[in-house]
Amino acid sequence: MLPRYRPRTFALELLMIFVALLFAYPVYVLVNLSLKTPHEIAEASIGPPSHLETANYSNAWNGAHLGAAMMNSTIITVASLVCLIMIGSTAAYYVARTQSKLSYGMYLLFLLGIVLPFQLALVPLYRFLTDTGLLGSYTSMVLFYTGLQIPFTIFLYAGFLRALPREYGEAALVDGANHWQSFTRVTFPLLRPVTGTVIILNAVFIWNDFLTPLIYLGGTPNETLPVVVYQFVGQYVSNWGYIFAAVVMASLPILVVFLLLQRYVIRGFTSGLKG
Amino acid sequence: METTHARTELIGKAAARPARRRRARQVGSPVLWFAAPAMAIYALIVLYPSLAGAYYAFTDWSGIGSAKWIGLENFKTLFRDEQSFGSLVNTLKLTAFIVVVQNAIGLALALAVHTRIKSRNVLRVLFFAPAVLSPVVIAFLWKYMLNPEPDAGLNAMLGFLGLGFLQQNWLGDPSVALWAIGLTVVWQFAGFSMVIFLAALQGIPRELEEAAAIDGAGRFQRLHRIVLPLIAPAMTINLTLSTIGGLKLFDQVFAITNGGPGYSTETLSTLIYKQAFVFGAYGYSTAVALVLTLLVAGLALLQVRYLQGREVTY
Repeated sequence: MLPRYRPRTFALELLMIFVALLFAYPVYVLVNLSLKTPHEIAEASIGPPSHLETANYSNAWNGAHLGAAMMNSTIITVASLVCLIMIGSTAAYYVARTQSKLSYGMYLLFLLGIVLPFQLALVPLYRFLTDTGLLGSYTSMVLFYTGLQIPFTIFLYAGFLRALPREYGEAALVDGANHWQSFTRVTFPLLRPVTGTVIILNAVFIWNDFLTPLIYLGGTPNETLPVVVYQFVGQYVSNWGYIFAAVVMASLPILVVFLLLQRYVIRGFTSGLKG
Repeated sequence: METTHARTELIGKAAARPARRRRARQVGSPVLWFAAPAMAIYALIVLYPSLAGAYYAFTDWSGIGSAKWIGLENFKTLFRDEQSFGSLVNTLKLTAFIVVVQNAIGLALALAVHTRIKSRNVLRVLFFAPAVLSPVVIAFLWKYMLNPEPDAGLNAMLGFLGLGFLQQNWLGDPSVALWAIGLTVVWQFAGFSMVIFLAALQGIPRELEEAAAIDGAGRFQRLHRIVLPLIAPAMTINLTLSTIGGLKLFDQVFAITNGGPGYSTETLSTLIYKQAFVFGAYGYSTAVALVLTLLVAGLALLQVRYLQGREVTY
């Protein structure tokens, strides 16, 4: 129930603004320290910097090769998303539109992958990628994310397809189209809302993932953003000005995208995870 | 002649119709090829390596030479070895902390934002924002926030609020460090719980609460009897997701304490990583991973079954 704005509502408003300030305090510390010299940081006070040490930013950008890392993250994320959308939507079309024991069994097998922690596959997969010479390549990560996230992607698409009236696609089939044509021309365009959810949830996961790229890409020029920041911190152990400048710059791309698309992102998270 | 012929043809068509319709339905199903690429890559990346992992859990595989079958030896070590067993206990404690605190705060925030306050849209975006950021990158922010200086980071905030007695050597004190890491996870993901609860709250028909209010139900009665039962599906999702996330937690521990001081913050995931990629004990590492898998699958299933049994629709 949403009653009118009353004094009590105003009191809640004030309380929540106070809570929001406490919540945002770490962000203040982050930006504040990223603009201080090591000498000022050593004084351990929370006051603002005496002058803006912007050199932290240029040094972190060049020292950590953040530009290259963002490129790597973008390539791996986009390529994985394309694969997930293509093979995930077609597989979901099969499991949602076929009534057979095989398709049901397959669906259950895919669902199993949603709860299975990838840690179990980590070491054998590492050996497999080493043996095939794929370790350290973009291909290894795109294969990994496609395989890892395909169960969740199929789950999302299949749920949406089951709620979508069959008649749309069947009309095309009756008119003589084959399944491939009916799917690509009629059904797939209708999946646009859930494709948005698939993109948002998978993109956030892949962009931020750390453990696997650390193991599979560590030490190569293909390292993604979280791995590069981790290595950079290891190099400048307690130079918090540098570290925080790197943290700010590494967080900005996804934060800006989130703020621009916040309505869709939040809706994507809630609709995708409710199912 | 012609008419009879036409008629028999018609009858024949009518008789054939069910069969044709059945055939049409069979033709109407997409062929298996639609699912083949997905199944192939899923088998290659998840199913086969997981099965291999489950097998290696019973061997002394070290990556060099062949793996020897040693039965339950790895699991006995896991439960006997202080560091390993400690990491299991730490994982469970940390998961319990995250599940309870993250969802309690998430629910409180959702209830507060689901009101007429003017800042509700801004607050919703602000509280959710950390959830889209990289956990390992944010962990470095918290590594500084949790420093022991009284005038910096979290301690400075506590001092400012007059809560100086709560100031801690967050990461240096073995009895505090684990909870400090839990705190960083809660800060990052409470907003995530909030949006899931909020979506459920927005789905409650207003008439229900109004009717209860007219019948004289107080604020807490309405919350307890109407709101909470109706958002039970969101509760199921939130509790299950935060349990899985807590059990698998790696990034924050690895970046903030790397298991220390001593082994006081070692978790199953950091143990799996270290055993495999620092010590080369692949067999033992996969045994720990198998225990983690059983924990995740078991707890997730139990929660979903128990909690879904409690969901209601009015």
